[in-house]
Amino acid sequence: MTKYTEDDLREELKTKEYEYGFYTDMESDTFPIGLDEDVVRAISLKKEEPQWMTDWRLEAFRAWKDMLEPEWANVNYVKPDFQAISYYSAPNTKPKYDSLDEVDPELLETFKKLGISLDEQKALAGVAMDVVIDSVSVATTFKKTLNEKGIIFCSISEAIKEHPELVKKYIGTVVPQKDNFYAALNSAVFSDGSFCYIPKGVRCPMELSTYFRINQANTGQFERTLVIADEGSYVSYLEGCTAPSRDENQLHAAVVELIAMDDAEIKYSTVQNWFPGNAEGKGGVYNFVTKRGLCEKNAKISWTQVETGSAITWKYPSCILKGDNSVGEFYSIAVTNNHQQADTGTKMIHLGKNTKSTIISKGISAGRSQNSYRGLVQVSSRADNARNFSQCDSLLMGNDCGAHTFPYIEVKNKSAIIEHEATTSKIGEDQIFYCNQRGIDTEKAIALIVNGFSKEVLNKLPMEFAVEAQKLLEISLEGSVG
Amino acid sequence: MELKEKLIASFMAFENLVDIDLPVHDVRSEAIKQFESQGFPSKRDEAWKYTSLNSILKHDYSVFPKRENHIDYNEIKKYFIHDIDTYKIVFIDGKYSSHLSETTHDGIDVCLMSSALTKPKYRLIIENYFNKVATKDSLSSLNTAFSQEGAYIHIPKNKLVAKPIQIVHFSTGNEAALLMQPRNLIVVDENSHVQIIERHQSLTDNPVLTNSVTEIFANKRAIVDYYKIQNDNENASLIDSTFVNQKQESFASVHTFSFGGKLTRNNLNFYQNGERIDSTMKGITIIGNKQHVDHNTLVHHIEPNCESHQDYKGIYGDSSTGVFNGKVLVDKEAQKTNAFQANNNILLSDKASINTKPQLEIFADDVKCSHGCTIGQLDETAMFYMRSRGIPEKEAKALLMFAFSNNVMSSVKIPEIKQRITKIIANKLGVHIGFDL
Repeated sequence: MTKYTEDDLREELKTKEYEYGFYTDMESDTFPIGLDEDVVRAISLKKEEPQWMTDWRLEAFRAWKDMLEPEWANVNYVKPDFQAISYYSAPNTKPKYDSLDEVDPELLETFKKLGISLDEQKALAGVAMDVVIDSVSVATTFKKTLNEKGIIFCSISEAIKEHPELVKKYIGTVVPQKDNFYAALNSAVFSDGSFCYIPKGVRCPMELSTYFRINQANTGQFERTLVIADEGSYVSYLEGCTAPSRDENQLHAAVVELIAMDDAEIKYSTVQNWFPGNAEGKGGVYNFVTKRGLCEKNAKISWTQVETGSAITWKYPSCILKGDNSVGEFYSIAVTNNHQQADTGTKMIHLGKNTKSTIISKGISAGRSQNSYRGLVQVSSRADNARNFSQCDSLLMGNDCGAHTFPYIEVKNKSAIIEHEATTSKIGEDQIFYCNQRGIDTEKAIALIVNGFSKEVLNKLPMEFAVEAQKLLEISLEGSVG
Repeated sequence: MELKEKLIASFMAFENLVDIDLPVHDVRSEAIKQFESQGFPSKRDEAWKYTSLNSILKHDYSVFPKRENHIDYNEIKKYFIHDIDTYKIVFIDGKYSSHLSETTHDGIDVCLMSSALTKPKYRLIIENYFNKVATKDSLSSLNTAFSQEGAYIHIPKNKLVAKPIQIVHFSTGNEAALLMQPRNLIVVDENSHVQIIERHQSLTDNPVLTNSVTEIFANKRAIVDYYKIQNDNENASLIDSTFVNQKQESFASVHTFSFGGKLTRNNLNFYQNGERIDSTMKGITIIGNKQHVDHNTLVHHIEPNCESHQDYKGIYGDSSTGVFNGKVLVDKEAQKTNAFQANNNILLSDKASINTKPQLEIFADDVKCSHGCTIGQLDETAMFYMRSRGIPEKEAKALLMFAFSNNVMSSVKIPEIKQRITKIIANKLGVHIGFDL
């Protein structure tokens, strides 16, 4: 048996290069760098948006100008120069395709490397893909099936044109323009994103999925996602990202808004694998994301995330449990390696009666990375019988990384029951010994333990996504996942 | 005049009262500058996010009590742990009361900060220890600037102090509003053992604010056992900052019992500068009305093979608010650390609220760190069980609360304190408990 120790694993982790780091050479329609009101107007014009949308963007931009970048997160980085970024970039190809044959072959190649060949997806998984390369939706599949059910699933720019009444009514209701620095920036300059509307009582027959991908050098990507589940409907939404290797930091400031009306359920799963920077911590994506869901009566929102990428992650998918009996869930695995820094967690705001929330957060830090959980559980005085269970576990590999827990718990109601527990540990020598003793070599043993550690969260991913999640975990912790 | 300006102006008057040629005065001058630049903390500071000082800073506090006051021992006997023999260091309105105190220089020094700061024979200790572990935050700096009176305890090597030491501060209400800033220094040398009980008590309804700083040094294999009894009346507020610096194999524990006071803020900081150290911090908080208690703890694990245990229980009634902000910091070198933190809370009323933030910051991989935090109510099935067996509601509730806080009580090493705390809790709950916990 070859002896495989934790040191070997650590060595491997250090030297493991970003496999999916490649760059698609395509001409892009890119704006010059810088940001002012004219750029905001130009983006709006480019997207052929109505006046109200332009005004909405400008309002956000004006607010953003006066806001300061938040500094409370437990991360260190060189602040991006917002005037040195180009705020719009679209692949320079025809805007729409009817079939895959028309798609730029180079683009298809990109997808193949990512392991998401469209035809395969179409045939096998029954997954409708709204593929986003940089900022413009390139292909939308399975639209017909969805149309029959009355489900709207399209890019947000298309939705602004075709369903303005829905967008106007709901955009910014969960994450207001002025919510925070990055949300304001996103509101001003968002280039594209996905829009999804599930009508009353409809159960979406397939997992909806979008792939985001930063492709153009020096182009910030500002995605805006809006998912509305009308009364009694159900939708499972998947989001996954990979980005090519690049030396300059790329900024990603997305906003995701979920609205679950009475008795509706939204399951939102993310696999995030932005380029984390190389072993020296150079390059990598800055991921500053605002994700928030609103639950009306008896509604349920469930966030599942697997975070393996990004140089800096600043992300707190939250649930506002406004309606009585609503349920919020948050399942997360955050893996950091080399010089990655992650400050992630969730907020559960209990407003309605009998609201429940569950938080399971697993952090794995290796190399010189810093991994923080930051969460808020808030129970308002009217939220009778609120219930929360939180668990944050951290696994440390090596002695140069850090794991941190910052849970905030604010309770103003006597009938609330809140439990929070956190542990930090490393892979125990006794655990490895136990496996070795039973004929499992060290590599497999580590795989087993890491797998077991994250199982609670991996189990929550939809079937179609589990494979992808495994693949992405492999990149970050190759050698430890068997 | 704002309190801040008043204090800065008072510093000049203070300089007339003390010997400004002593080296310690440089420390004071430095500290007042620190305070001047920082001012009082506000809710914008992360460490004060849940505690506002506004309501207690608005009074026009007198900074220097005008004259010495006398109190008859029989009136205040009940505030002492009087059923056992103890050393006593007693202050009335911030002035030392020789009449009520019982100090000693017999092998150990249990005496006054004011004499330790001025007399040459203590100079070495003062130079080595004074203001060496206290942080430079604004309130500690304010205390340092006005540091003059308080308890000075020095236990040399290999001494087991036979009886506990009580530090008691009384305020008589002779001033309309009084600010007191006691400064304590406790140095326990190798292999020595000491038990200390601290209490602040206001005797009238006039507002009192105490900004106390205690520095504790537990050297090699020293054992320090510290108890804070906070059961003041509801016009008295306390900001207590305690800094404990531990050397190898030492054992330090601080128990904080918070039952009274208008606003109580406990800053408790442990620094483990050595291997195989054990730190224990435990607390019981039972408050009601509009009381506010804030526990802010830090354990900094600097070296390997150390342990820390934190256990804070809180029961909040009426419109009271509770805060727990605990932080465990494990340095990269501090391998094999075993840190445990628990915070359990019970809310009895819909107007009561609790904000808790148990933090872990860990930079070493081979550690066992965990924290648990719960907020809930009294167990209804347990209540039903007792009531179906004829135990009245009030008593059943009290029993459950005693059981809830028993984890903290069980590590109290002075039986008389246990009895006293049990009595205070029973009084607070309005029940008679016929047993000792």
